[in-house]
Amino acid sequence: MNIPLTVKTPDVRLQGIIKVAILAVGGQGGGVLTNWIEDLARRNGYAAQATSVAGVAQRTGATVYYIEMAPAEGGTPIFSLMPAGGDVDVMIAAEMMEAGRSIMRGFVTPDRTTLIASTHRSLAVSEKMVPGNGIASADEVMAAGEIAARRFIAANFDAVAVGQGSVISASLFGALAASGALPFPRSAFEDAIKAGGKGVEASLRAFAAGFDTALNGVTGAPATAPQAGASPKVTGPARLVAEWDRLVARVAALPAPVAEMARPGLEKVVDFQDLAYGAEYLDRLDTILAQDKAGNGWALSREAAKYIANAMAYDDIIRVADRKTRAARLARIKGEMGVKDGKLLHLTEYFHPRAEELSSLFPAAMGARWQADPARMARLDRWFGKGRRLRTDTLRAYVMLYVLGGLKGWRRKTLRHAQEMAHLARWLDTAMGYRAANYDLAVEVIRARRLIKGYSDTHARGLTKFDRVLEGTALVAARSDAADWSRRLREAALLDEKGTALDGALATIRSFA
Amino acid sequence: MAERSFKAEVQDLRKGAGDTFTGEGILAITKALLENGVGYVGGYQGAPISHLMDVLADAQDLLGELGVQFEANANEAAAAAMLAASVHYPIRGAVTFKGPVGVNVASDALANLASSGVSGGALIIVGEDYGEGSSIMQERTHAFAMKSQLWLLDPRPNLTSIVKAVGDGFELSEASNTPVILTVRIRACHVSGTFATRDNRRPALTVAEAVARPQSDFKRVVLPPMSFAHEHEKINARWPKAERFIREKGLNEVFGPAQAKVGLVLQGGMYNGVIRALQRLGLADIFGNTEVPLYVLNVTYPLVPAEFFEFCEGKDSILVIEEGQPEFIEQALATHLYRAGSKVRLHGKDILPMAGEYTGQVMLDSITAFLKQAAPEMLPAQVRAPNQERPKIPDLSKTVPIRPPGFCTGCPERPIFAALKLVQEELGQHQIAADIGCHLFGSLPPFEVGGQTMGYGLGPAANGAFDAGGDKRAISIIGDGGFWHNGLSSSFTNMAFNKSDGVAVIVDNYYSAATGGQDIMSSRADNDTKSTKNPISKALKGVGITWVREVPRTYDVTRMRDVLREALTTPEKGPKVIVASSECMLNKQRREKPLAQKAIKEGRRVETPRFGVDEDICTGDHACMRLSGCPSLGLKVLDDPLRDDPVASIDQSCVGCGNCGEVADAAILCPSFYEARVVHNPSPLESRVAGWRDAVINWLHGRRAARRLNFGDAA
Repeated sequence: MNIPLTVKTPDVRLQGIIKVAILAVGGQGGGVLTNWIEDLARRNGYAAQATSVAGVAQRTGATVYYIEMAPAEGGTPIFSLMPAGGDVDVMIAAEMMEAGRSIMRGFVTPDRTTLIASTHRSLAVSEKMVPGNGIASADEVMAAGEIAARRFIAANFDAVAVGQGSVISASLFGALAASGALPFPRSAFEDAIKAGGKGVEASLRAFAAGFDTALNGVTGAPATAPQAGASPKVTGPARLVAEWDRLVARVAALPAPVAEMARPGLEKVVDFQDLAYGAEYLDRLDTILAQDKAGNGWALSREAAKYIANAMAYDDIIRVADRKTRAARLARIKGEMGVKDGKLLHLTEYFHPRAEELSSLFPAAMGARWQADPARMARLDRWFGKGRRLRTDTLRAYVMLYVLGGLKGWRRKTLRHAQEMAHLARWLDTAMGYRAANYDLAVEVIRARRLIKGYSDTHARGLTKFDRVLEGTALVAARSDAADWSRRLREAALLDEKGTALDGALATIRSFA
Repeated sequence: MAERSFKAEVQDLRKGAGDTFTGEGILAITKALLENGVGYVGGYQGAPISHLMDVLADAQDLLGELGVQFEANANEAAAAAMLAASVHYPIRGAVTFKGPVGVNVASDALANLASSGVSGGALIIVGEDYGEGSSIMQERTHAFAMKSQLWLLDPRPNLTSIVKAVGDGFELSEASNTPVILTVRIRACHVSGTFATRDNRRPALTVAEAVARPQSDFKRVVLPPMSFAHEHEKINARWPKAERFIREKGLNEVFGPAQAKVGLVLQGGMYNGVIRALQRLGLADIFGNTEVPLYVLNVTYPLVPAEFFEFCEGKDSILVIEEGQPEFIEQALATHLYRAGSKVRLHGKDILPMAGEYTGQVMLDSITAFLKQAAPEMLPAQVRAPNQERPKIPDLSKTVPIRPPGFCTGCPERPIFAALKLVQEELGQHQIAADIGCHLFGSLPPFEVGGQTMGYGLGPAANGAFDAGGDKRAISIIGDGGFWHNGLSSSFTNMAFNKSDGVAVIVDNYYSAATGGQDIMSSRADNDTKSTKNPISKALKGVGITWVREVPRTYDVTRMRDVLREALTTPEKGPKVIVASSECMLNKQRREKPLAQKAIKEGRRVETPRFGVDEDICTGDHACMRLSGCPSLGLKVLDDPLRDDPVASIDQSCVGCGNCGEVADAAILCPSFYEARVVHNPSPLESRVAGWRDAVINWLHGRRAARRLNFGDAA
């Protein structure tokens, strides 16, 4: 036994090894960033080694790139081929959930890791598929990053790069330079970009923007967070504006929590139909309010203000046609698509009306007759029910939609309107029926309206889910925890398309109710 | 035409004595082949060895100058069979593929080759795809080496060692008349580094010269009684020669002090991971000078017992670090120790995990555990008694979603799976067998189409049991890569011969796309050295399949669904095959995007399509997501207190493939999608007409706005 019995400490030169890991989504240019960092190290007299696991992981999957570097003096350092938990100096995450993944995998530790993360979200399929809101919580990742990292640099580096006409690898490289985690001057980083030789100008701009963003410590809010907006200015013929102002005054007289929701609600229904329709909306709201009280924070009226507006402004062909033929829409699309300097825009809309939608535009009685007759419906489908691609930059298609969008005067006569109003009344009656005995349950029934959305089959599925949630609610209505069950049913209904989770929740209810 | 051009890398292949190569491991191997006088090279692409094939495909000039034959083989079996040239002719040959899947396919030829033995060096370069990021079942190539008696090299993962292993491999093969497998793990293939290059060498005998002077010797044919003789020859002649060569040339390496009570035995590929663990324990310095002796097996099969015993001398305990299972090396070493009556304690998988990748954490934990047991005094104090408080990091495992690979933005396979999902909604769920390739992502959410994969080209064959049909027909999916790899014979002649009543969908994206976009028989590209543009449908007709439907544009979801419905419901018996063709978007964009940008700059008329969503028409039901999963189709949280759920939103990475609109149409989803096609440099007439139209539309806008309230944002 010839080994000395001394207490070991790692070779001090080991501290000279800088370990940089990059976690990116395939297609984000993680390879380019890796090459720059490696080249940067070698140009500055460091030995460097990079590895990656490319292959199919590159196809939109999470991919790890890893670089180690050390001053190239006295021999060839032995570098690791993969990052190890607790042993990473710089962790670059090119997306918010990838930052979360890097923390989860232990690559971010408070003793040593500088975490550079882009706060933008590239949603995973599992987040997008959910009928409700399946977006993972970026706040949790931010909070974990603050605890886990020695230094945490977070900003929307994707937006920073796109703003400069480049891609995220360049802005992250800028943030890395700004972090000071690598012992090289800014100019050395820029030299590495120049040596790369591709899209140098745009990359340098994004690099500089990323550098500044990181330096100024802009910890931009996650890109998907809503921002508060101001009420837009209302314009139009004086007579209408005066009437609008009277309605707004009615809203202003409502309790503050209700008014907050009733103001956009009013706007929505007036925009959908007309001022008289807006007055009806407020009338409906007044009846609810009369049965509500301040002690509950006006929760029932507030929710009613939201969901009655949504129910009244249902999605019919007239609304879609109106929306598609507005000036502001065209301006927005032209802006987003960069249509300027003599460029033209061809705009194709995808419509596929079915007999159901078409007959729902008939006068109520006639529409009901047609819908009850399969032969007629089949004929209607044969004549009109096919996929239509309308070029709304051409006059024929535009005028057709424009005329359809102008049918507001006709709308109140249609079968669809009658159906919607009947449904609205039933729903409100059900909710208000629960109010006296169980206020919270009434609120939950109002909220169940969230389930009705989409068009054609999706809309029909939403209606079915809505009905089933109300049925389930009725089973437990007498229980003190009925509101809780109703909420659970709604949340279950929003989890998957087919309603499997809802089936489960209903089965549970039936087991005891 | 592979995904990218390798012209720059080809220049590196021309480097000579005194130069330095800087780049990836797999390219270093490519260069080493030329330095070692290889006469022919073949293989089948796949991560992580695709670049070897891609670079040589782009290096035809250089190969021509050196007299080296390069073959892009139809599959791994064809590649391995090509090594037959080294049986009778003293020509060095090398083939490459992915392990162990490629080795599985090649095993017939490899077994025959091993039995015959070789006179020229035969090297099989296997990219071992084990651990993180792997797309295949987790197995070891090691078993193949043992069963067929092929020697197995597993060099330390740095460029100098890997390059040396190529030369060693050829020499070992020639010295022992045995083919040699060089395994390189995925990270070693992609590791960057440098090595000092040597001049390229022309083969002593080129294949052209050999074929002009044919040779044969029935003693090398695998037929009795020669095959019985081969079996003995393997053990009595070739094996001892190999052991001698390995020992004399010092292919395995020993590091660290000569005397110690413990030691580590490891596969060469594990070296850097082991050193890192020792570095973290303070037992090795930055350059890898270690206080714990290491016996590094750059040759993992055969083992050299005499060398191993030497290493064990004076030691109480050794730890065998061998990734993957079963623990072949450990078992063999244990046998040697036991037979020798040794007292050395052997550890391995009792401390290290039996399965899974040996990551940095696994290495550190396992070596620490071993030393705690066998030599605790070597460990730093804080490892022996850790007392450090670590801050509690919140658990994100419930927050962070998994992110498996999926279809790229604009992938032409997405609409095929959308159509399959739609047709199943109509006709009920079907038995669906998948194959190997990008289309296997269709088995993941949101499509969940396909329940198993049995190997490359075997999708339709995997439905063989259901060939007779029943109430519902079985569906299989196969890519064009799989079709030409093995599918035509194993799947389609199987279907035709057995009069299968099943349905097969061939995803024809013009390339072997998942492996990097290499050309195949049915590729549409012009290729100087390969025969392309051979339609799949012609091959199907050739094997007697008559019900063939071609969908020339997969993005036509309605057509795709209708054809699938027809195939599933037609009374016609026999195989029903749909060839769904559209070019791989990744390759298409790489080729066309620069051309379009150039054309725009030059003032030529170009249309660039992109999709969008009207966010106030979208109700946030996400039905489109469940038929797409496109990376460019995301969600947006609206600044509207009346809206609960985020709406669909398309970002600027959209390539305008059309799937969104087509799906909205075919599935009758909603009218939220629009296609915005920007016309760059329109003609004067076109601009004038557009101006008139705009004027009318503007007038209509104004007319309506003047008669109603306008809420500013109303877009």
